[in-house]
Amino acid sequence: MLETIARGTRVASLIGAGLLAASSAYAADPIKLGVLEDQSGDFALATIGKLHGIQLATDEINAAGGISGRKLELVIYDTQSDNTRYQEFMRRVLQRDKANVVFAGFSSASREAYRPIVNQLDGFAFYNNQYEGGVCDANMVVTGAVPEQQFSTLIPWMMEKYGKKVYTIAADYNFGQISAEWVRQIVKQNGGEMVGEEFIPLGVSQFSQTIQNIQKVKPDVLITLLVGTAQASYYEQAAAANLKVPMGSSVNVGQGYEHKRFKPPSLANMYATVNYVEEVDTPASKAFVAKWKAKFPNEPYINQEAENSYLAVYLYKQMVERAGGKTARADLRAVIAKGDVCMDAPEGKVCIDPKSQHMSHTIYMAKVGDDHSITFPKVWNDIKPYWLGDAGCDLTKNDPSQQYTPSNPPPKP
Amino acid sequence: MDVLGSVFGFIYQCGDAFAFLVLAACGLAVIFGMMGVINLAHGEFIMCGAYVTVNANRAGVPLPLAVLCGALVAGLIGLVVERIVVRQLYERPMDTIVATWGLSLIATQGTLIVLGSSVPGVGVPLGSFTVGHYSYSTYRLVLIVVALAVLAGLYLAFNKTRFGVLARATIQVPHMAEALGVDTKFVYSMTFALGAALAGLTGGLYAPTMTIVPTMGSTFIMEAFVTVVVGGADIFLGTAPAAAVLGIVKAAMTSWQGQLFGQIGLLFAVIIVIRVLPKGISGFILRERS
Repeated sequence: MLETIARGTRVASLIGAGLLAASSAYAADPIKLGVLEDQSGDFALATIGKLHGIQLATDEINAAGGISGRKLELVIYDTQSDNTRYQEFMRRVLQRDKANVVFAGFSSASREAYRPIVNQLDGFAFYNNQYEGGVCDANMVVTGAVPEQQFSTLIPWMMEKYGKKVYTIAADYNFGQISAEWVRQIVKQNGGEMVGEEFIPLGVSQFSQTIQNIQKVKPDVLITLLVGTAQASYYEQAAAANLKVPMGSSVNVGQGYEHKRFKPPSLANMYATVNYVEEVDTPASKAFVAKWKAKFPNEPYINQEAENSYLAVYLYKQMVERAGGKTARADLRAVIAKGDVCMDAPEGKVCIDPKSQHMSHTIYMAKVGDDHSITFPKVWNDIKPYWLGDAGCDLTKNDPSQQYTPSNPPPKP
Repeated sequence: MDVLGSVFGFIYQCGDAFAFLVLAACGLAVIFGMMGVINLAHGEFIMCGAYVTVNANRAGVPLPLAVLCGALVAGLIGLVVERIVVRQLYERPMDTIVATWGLSLIATQGTLIVLGSSVPGVGVPLGSFTVGHYSYSTYRLVLIVVALAVLAGLYLAFNKTRFGVLARATIQVPHMAEALGVDTKFVYSMTFALGAALAGLTGGLYAPTMTIVPTMGSTFIMEAFVTVVVGGADIFLGTAPAAAVLGIVKAAMTSWQGQLFGQIGLLFAVIIVIRVLPKGISGFILRERS
C-alpha cells in the first residue's frame, strides 16, 4: 500500500516535472524571424549591411533576454539578387520554417515578386528599404523612406538653388519608372520643366551616349535614380567627360555609398535625401556606428537600409511585447492601430503610420563635397509618409493589397 | 561648328561602342570563335584583369603597366584553367558550358567572400576635351585606339607568326597537325591563355571607368557573345566588322531614343545578321573569297 502511494507520487511528480518542462520549453520556444536579403549578385553591395543590421539587433535583444522572454531566432536565406529566389524562399520560410515574421527585399521588382505570396499565405513581412511608394497592404510594414519624404524635400530645394530645368536618368523597372513619375509631378507642381528623361536597363555599364544626351539639353538639375553596381559606373564616366550638372538622388549615396567607392571628385555636387548614413553627426548615430564597428569591423559602410533593418527588429519587439507576447498578425496590427509605435532610432524619432503601415523619418540632405566628404546643409525632422493616407489608403478600415502611383491613386471611399 | 560638333559626337559615340564591343569580344573570339570552347567564365577573366589592375595601380604601379599586369595574371589563370578543366573537355563541347559556368560562379562568389563587395576605383585618367557644345573623356579615345591596336595585333599574330600558323593548323585539323610534329596540347594551352589574357586586358582597360565589383564581368558577357556570334570564326574578318556594324546601330539608337532602344536595336541587328548570314560576317566574307 505504502509502496503504491510512493509509486503514485513518483508518477505524479514525473508527470508534473514533464508538464513543467513542456511549459518552460514552450516559453523558451523562439520567435522565428525570416531574413530574405541579397548576399550575392548585383545588389549584394547595398544589402549585406541590412543582414548585419538584423543580426546586430537580434544579438542585442537576445543578450537582454529576448522578446517577452522568448529568444529571437533568425532564419536566413541568400536571395542572390534574383526575383524567383525571393518567391521560392518566401514560400519556404512561411510554410516550412513557419517564420513569425519575414524581413525581405531590396529591389522593388523583388518586393512585388514576393508580396502576392505573403498575401496568399497570410504572412507578415517588413520591407526595410526606401522605394517608390504606394504599397497599401496590411501584410506589409515598410520602414524605408518613400518619395513624399525624399523627393518633396529634395527637388524643390534643388530647383530653388540651381534652376528649374530638370533631367532624370532612372533604372528601367518599376522603381525607376514610378520614381520618375514622382519627379515629374513634383517638378511640375513647383513650376519647373522636365527637359529630358532616360530609362536605363539594369546591368548597363556604358554611358557615353547618355552623357552626350544630357549635355545636349543643358539641365540645371540632374536626378539620378540609378540602381545596381553596373549602373553606378555612370558617375565615373560623367566626371571623366567633365559633365558637372548638380545631381540629386533618392538612392545613391544613402544606399550604394558611391562616394566611398569612387575616386573624388566624381560624385562632387551630388545631393541625396537620406533617412540615415553613417556620417550623421548625432550622439545616437555615433553610438550606433561604434556598436556596429565592434561587431562588424570590416563593414565598408552603414547605409540607410542597414539602419532601417536594425530599427525594424526593435519595432517588431515593441509590437510583440505590447501585444502581450502574441505574434499573430492581427494582434500586432492592433498595436500599430494605436498610432504610437515609435522609437528613438539612430536617425532620430520614427513612428509607424497606422493608415499605410509606412514609417515617419528624419530626412537628411547629404551633400557630397569635392573630396567626397558628406555635409548636411539641411535636416527635416519627422517627415510623415503622408501620401498614401491622404490619397485614400486606410489599412485600419480595409486592405486592398495594391500598389498605387500618383497617376493611379487609391479609389476614394 | 554646330553641325561639325554633332558629327564628331556621333563618330565618337560609334567609336566608343565599337571599342567596347571589340574589347569585350576579342578574348572570347579567340576561345569561342577559334577554339570552339564556349567559355562562360569570360566575364570573370575580365573581372580578374580589373581587380589586378586596380590593386596594382593602388600599390603604386603606373596605370599602363597595371593594365598589363592584369592581362598577364588573367592569362596565367587561363593557363591553369585550361590545364585543369578545359583540356579534359575538348571532345565534349557541351560539358565545357557547364564547367566554365561553374567556374564563373565560383570566381564571382569567391571574390565576394574573399575581397568583399566592392573595391574603391582608381578614377579615369587624362581628363576631358571639348568639341562644339559637348565635352568628352580623353581616356575613351585611348580605348578606341587600343581596340584598333588589339585587332591589328591579333591579325599579325595569327597570320604572320609561326605560332599563329601552328595555332590555326591545330584548330582546323588537329590530327594532321599532330602527325606533322606540332605539340597540339601546348598550342591549345597557349591559345586559351591568350584569350584569357585579352579578357584581362579588357578588364584592366575598363577598370578606371567602372564600378569594381565581383559581378562586373557580367556586363560584358552579352555584348561579347553577340559580337562573336555575329562575327563568326575569324577574329579579324569577323569581330571587327561585327563590332563596327553593331556599334553604329547601338550608338544611333541610343542617341535617338535612349539606352533601352540602344539595347533593343543591338539585339535586333543580331537576329537579322544571324538569319541572313548563319556563319557570321566572316563566314560570308570567306565564302565570297573562295
